[in-house]
Amino acid sequence: MKVNIIVFPGSNCDRDIKVALERFQIKCKMIWHGETILPKSDLVVLPGGFSYGDYLRCGSMASKSIIMKEVIKHASYGGLVLGVCNGFQILTESGLLPGSLLRNHNLKFICKHVNLIVKNNKTQFTNCYAKLDKITIPIAHNEGNYYADKNTLRVLEDNDQIVFQYCDENYIINNQGNPNGSSLNIAGVINKNKNVLGMMPHPERSVENFLNKDDGINFFESLLK
Amino acid sequence: MIDVNEKIANKHGLSVDEYNQIIKLIGKKPNLTELGIFSAMWNEHCSYKSSKKWLKTLPTKNIRVIQGPGENAGVVDIDDNDVVVFKIESHNHPSFIEPYQGAATGVGGILRDIFTMGARPIASLNSLRFGSTDHAKTKYLLNGVVSGIAGYGNCVGVPTVGGEIEFDSCYNGNILVNAMNIGIAKKNKVFYSVASGVNNPVVYVGSKTGRDGIHGASMASQEFDEDSESKKPTVQVGDPFSEKLLLEACLELMETNSIVSIQDMGAAGLTSSSVEMASKGNVGIEINLDNVPCRESGMTPYEIMLSESQERMLIVLREGREKVCKNIFKKWDLDFSIIGKLTNTQKLTLKSNNITVCDLPISALSHEAPEYDRKWNKSIPEAEIDYENKISDYNLQDLIEKVISHPNQANKSWVWEQYDHMVMCDTINMPGGDASIIRIHDSNKAIAASVDCVPRYCKSSPYWGGMQAVCESFRNLCSVGAKPLAITNCLNFGNPEKPEIMGQFVETINGISEACKILDYPVVSGNVSLYNETKGIGINPTPVIGGVGLIKDLNKISDYKFKNYDNLVYVIGKTNGHLGQSILCYDILHLKKGPPPKIKLEDELLHGKFLIEMIKKGLIEASHDISSGGIILSILEMCMSSKLGVNLSIKKSNFELIKYLFAEDQSRYVVEIKNENQSILEEEMKKQCIVFKKIGNTIREKLIFINDKYKFDLNNLIELNNRWFKNYSKN
Repeated sequence: MKVNIIVFPGSNCDRDIKVALERFQIKCKMIWHGETILPKSDLVVLPGGFSYGDYLRCGSMASKSIIMKEVIKHASYGGLVLGVCNGFQILTESGLLPGSLLRNHNLKFICKHVNLIVKNNKTQFTNCYAKLDKITIPIAHNEGNYYADKNTLRVLEDNDQIVFQYCDENYIINNQGNPNGSSLNIAGVINKNKNVLGMMPHPERSVENFLNKDDGINFFESLLK
Repeated sequence: MIDVNEKIANKHGLSVDEYNQIIKLIGKKPNLTELGIFSAMWNEHCSYKSSKKWLKTLPTKNIRVIQGPGENAGVVDIDDNDVVVFKIESHNHPSFIEPYQGAATGVGGILRDIFTMGARPIASLNSLRFGSTDHAKTKYLLNGVVSGIAGYGNCVGVPTVGGEIEFDSCYNGNILVNAMNIGIAKKNKVFYSVASGVNNPVVYVGSKTGRDGIHGASMASQEFDEDSESKKPTVQVGDPFSEKLLLEACLELMETNSIVSIQDMGAAGLTSSSVEMASKGNVGIEINLDNVPCRESGMTPYEIMLSESQERMLIVLREGREKVCKNIFKKWDLDFSIIGKLTNTQKLTLKSNNITVCDLPISALSHEAPEYDRKWNKSIPEAEIDYENKISDYNLQDLIEKVISHPNQANKSWVWEQYDHMVMCDTINMPGGDASIIRIHDSNKAIAASVDCVPRYCKSSPYWGGMQAVCESFRNLCSVGAKPLAITNCLNFGNPEKPEIMGQFVETINGISEACKILDYPVVSGNVSLYNETKGIGINPTPVIGGVGLIKDLNKISDYKFKNYDNLVYVIGKTNGHLGQSILCYDILHLKKGPPPKIKLEDELLHGKFLIEMIKKGLIEASHDISSGGIILSILEMCMSSKLGVNLSIKKSNFELIKYLFAEDQSRYVVEIKNENQSILEEEMKKQCIVFKKIGNTIREKLIFINDKYKFDLNNLIELNNRWFKNYSKN
């Protein structure tokens, strides 16, 4: 599998996701945001960070950068696209995914391990998880409060586009387990064609056992299956 | 241009004597720009004029130290051609005036000190002190400072891995914000600020210069009064996005063999960076101010030289490397401008519109800056107090619950969950433990780090308090299995012109020195923050120690969480029952008199080395240092973090029991060991003449028993421990 990781000015999880992918023998190329050509690849990753400082709406500047035209093209041909954290924000800003990410409801940056339910395990990103698998992966964001109107949410549910949902320590999807106020506790969504995934949690921070959490391993294993 | 006189010099924070000395040194009356430059270089913050004499007495060398104090940061050898680069710095005054930007730019400044040296920053820590929790400004300041640190550090993408927070009414008018950063570089690729090579180009890179932060360093060299609010314009505004670009661009440039020397524009901006570089290299420097990238038009030479706009660097390039440098900074969308060159005049020459606006000998600004031997008074030792009749009436249950729910002992996750403590994926343990562990990327090696100080000890006895701060940092590193390497210190004090404050400073330095010497734990960098006073009321002396240790094998580390039930719990080190200045007396019973605990440095060293050795051998299940709060708080923290209970059996009752549990005698640890390792550990401790005591065992139930007489529900204690921050917005 070949991966292109897009580096925007202000990206800061680009190395982290590269290191994680390489643990699974996946080859990565770093692509600077100003490039006009996107080398052929199976997966394009938009990493976490603060692209352009996120001084405008998070991800909105990056969604207009030169390389994004190529990323959108790649997606339209059915190529895989993954946006993590700031990458997820860029995907909603560029229209590749529905909804948008608002400020966390407590108005604070939140960095901690959260509990998730794998709602859809039939995607190229989650096929190594069990259906409704209970996992723990960290989040680290200020704007992760997923919002979409009622109709969109219904469509997401009907099409099985909700991939990850936040839940409490007993893995029940409720308010208590919702760290940032997201609609339907949504932590990750995929597009209708199931090739573009955006998620706030950081799977790349969960591939080693140091913090006793390595639930991200299955995420990367899924890419290879 | 305004004619300079004594009065104007005074307004610049220069005394009449200092003004006259300037005239004598340069043989003329300075113009306003020159006066501004002198005020920036001669203020306390930049010149260390009150502290220098005493700082020189600190131990700064050992076999691993590559660069001690005097550079942007200290450099210590950690083998395999790796070095660790670190420093701590204060941003107290600006953070009080404008907490968000003050704290944010504190983080930015210390990050630049690290990557200026060619190191990639891998971890930030901070030491914060606020006024009493019921003071009207405290919550506003706490919230602003924490979000400022988060806003800056998270955006740059360097994890904030640890720190300390304390509330005490002595900080009501002067909060402390001390930021530490640690970076990693290759031993043969460290960059310094010593300028050399006449005619080499002087290059300005980074953000543009604006009118913010003018006189920031002078402001930080004065006491506060009613008008401190009006000093808001002296606080700089941070742009972490530019910092991230600057970081990447500088590290990229450092790969190209183009740099002669490099220095960030921190306090006193372009003035101090250019003067310091030239002074260290014994050369002159000529700058054409017309070429300095400015944010707004019409900025005067005075403003350009004194601006403390952030995210800027000054670089001396090798001749002919301008283009390489320019291309890199263009790629990162940052300003690049050749603003001058090195000369052989040993002067700082500034030109603007083809007119020389400043012509000053470098030496007058640097070496010849005043150095004071200020009058100091010995502190008066506080007498021992008989606590028995003051404490005997209290119920142990009640005291434990009070200690655990006090904001100073509270669970601080409300704070550190706002910091990205995991980015870079090398954070090995969560904040909240003894020392933070950060892996050296792509290796099995790690750095451990901790920031520590107990100001109430220092107030009572600066000597023992200074020593204790060093020892506590040493202990925190040993607790996780790291070999302590070296320290950086941030010395926060009141007005040094008062002999009792100067006395606190001198005695603190003596205490620190003694500990560093015996523990072979030298000072490699640091910062002094004086004049932390408002309307004549000063803070407790607060010498914050940032300690860094080395872990050679990540498989041989320890943490403070109990691992299993039915294991044995030991106290290593002797408990004499010292209650003076303990948390119990100071925070809970408000008995603020009495001497702090003394320290036997030989024991500190012995116990620390022993613990590291046992962790390496795999004989320790969990380890925690005993500090504020005594044995009982250490044990409760071990229980709360693991959700395991403990059964303590201590053959003492009433007052003696309270004394035993809450005493803050030094050089002690709590450890959890397996039954099977009991004899081997006990024998080893006997052999090394280490005092130890078995005090109980871990249990499966979430309960804490003391002598079968007291019983605590662990979940209830956790609830109490979380309460203050959980109710933060409602308090």
